[in-house]
Amino acid sequence: MIYFVDGLLWAIALALGLVAASRSRHLLRDSLREGAVDCLRLMPRIMLGVIGAGFVAALLPQELVGRWLGADSGIAGLCIAVVGGAFTPGGPVIGFSIGAAALKGGAGTPQVIAYTVAWALFAVQRLTLWEIPVMPQRLVWLRVVGSLPLPFLAAAGAMLLGRP
Amino acid sequence: MRPHHQHGSIRLSHEAPIQRRPRKTFDWSTAFIAVVVVVAAAVVYRRDGQARFLEILSSDFHLFVDILPKVLAACLIAAFVAVLMPRQVVLRWVGAESGFLGIVVATLAGVICPGGPITIFPVAASFVAIGADVGAAIAFITSWTLLGYARVLVWEWPFFGADFVTWRIVISIPLPIVAGLLARFIAGLSARTGGCE
Repeated sequence: MIYFVDGLLWAIALALGLVAASRSRHLLRDSLREGAVDCLRLMPRIMLGVIGAGFVAALLPQELVGRWLGADSGIAGLCIAVVGGAFTPGGPVIGFSIGAAALKGGAGTPQVIAYTVAWALFAVQRLTLWEIPVMPQRLVWLRVVGSLPLPFLAAAGAMLLGRP
Repeated sequence: MRPHHQHGSIRLSHEAPIQRRPRKTFDWSTAFIAVVVVVAAAVVYRRDGQARFLEILSSDFHLFVDILPKVLAACLIAAFVAVLMPRQVVLRWVGAESGFLGIVVATLAGVICPGGPITIFPVAASFVAIGADVGAAIAFITSWTLLGYARVLVWEWPFFGADFVTWRIVISIPLPIVAGLLARFIAGLSARTGGCE
């Protein structure tokens, strides 16, 4: 599955590269250089984000997370889930494994949904390493403010729909 | 930030300079994370010993090697999109006057675009650079992070199973649109009061 995503990304890059080449060789060369330089500049951040994540995750008390997000933790649990989601370090492995562990450890489904949505939207590590350096500043804060209600809406949706 | 609009008509040119934010190799946010990582690594080393330290390091290093080709592909796609994407198309579908439809289009684009959270930001930034509306760009990012199939299939499904994932996705479908509309509303508000940036 991972190679499928890789293959798709490279197929798109290749197709775009061919279109660029058909316009002019100059365009292709400039774009290739631009993309490669961007990738190099991102390298230290990726290194930190990926290689550092494991250490930060190793320090997280996972059982405690499960207890805080219990099914009867209510609104307080939701708030903890949102803040916890935002401050969960590391890549998808860590965010999802904590969510899955919490669910197994008796956490409420709305809380876990709020947690995964908050993590997907606000993970501080991703925000500081990826988004702030790459995006226009105004767009970053607009996105964060505009997304603030989303984890709560998702949890409300989960409560309204009930279990699948 | 709307250099393409003059007297109500949209001026388009392939030669118009693309507004890119200059990227620094190292900045305060990266430095902050670096400090956190070094402290965490030191604590793990002291608490759990060298074997555990090396185990974490090697598994994360494999992940890093795995991610690199994706990042390079994403950066190249972003660079190509910035020069190839016709501005007219971007402005018409997700530009400042694209309205509600623009946000819906951006949401759909987020769903079908491949890649994980690492790849979205360069691409979204290049769309904004060629004139996409902030609300649409935010709907695009939100939709990619919440509904993107690549992340769901690669990561979420194995951890949570089909029931939870399907349920979470159904609940998440309207969220990118909410985020896009809200961001656009706040942008309008801050532009009117002159309090932005």
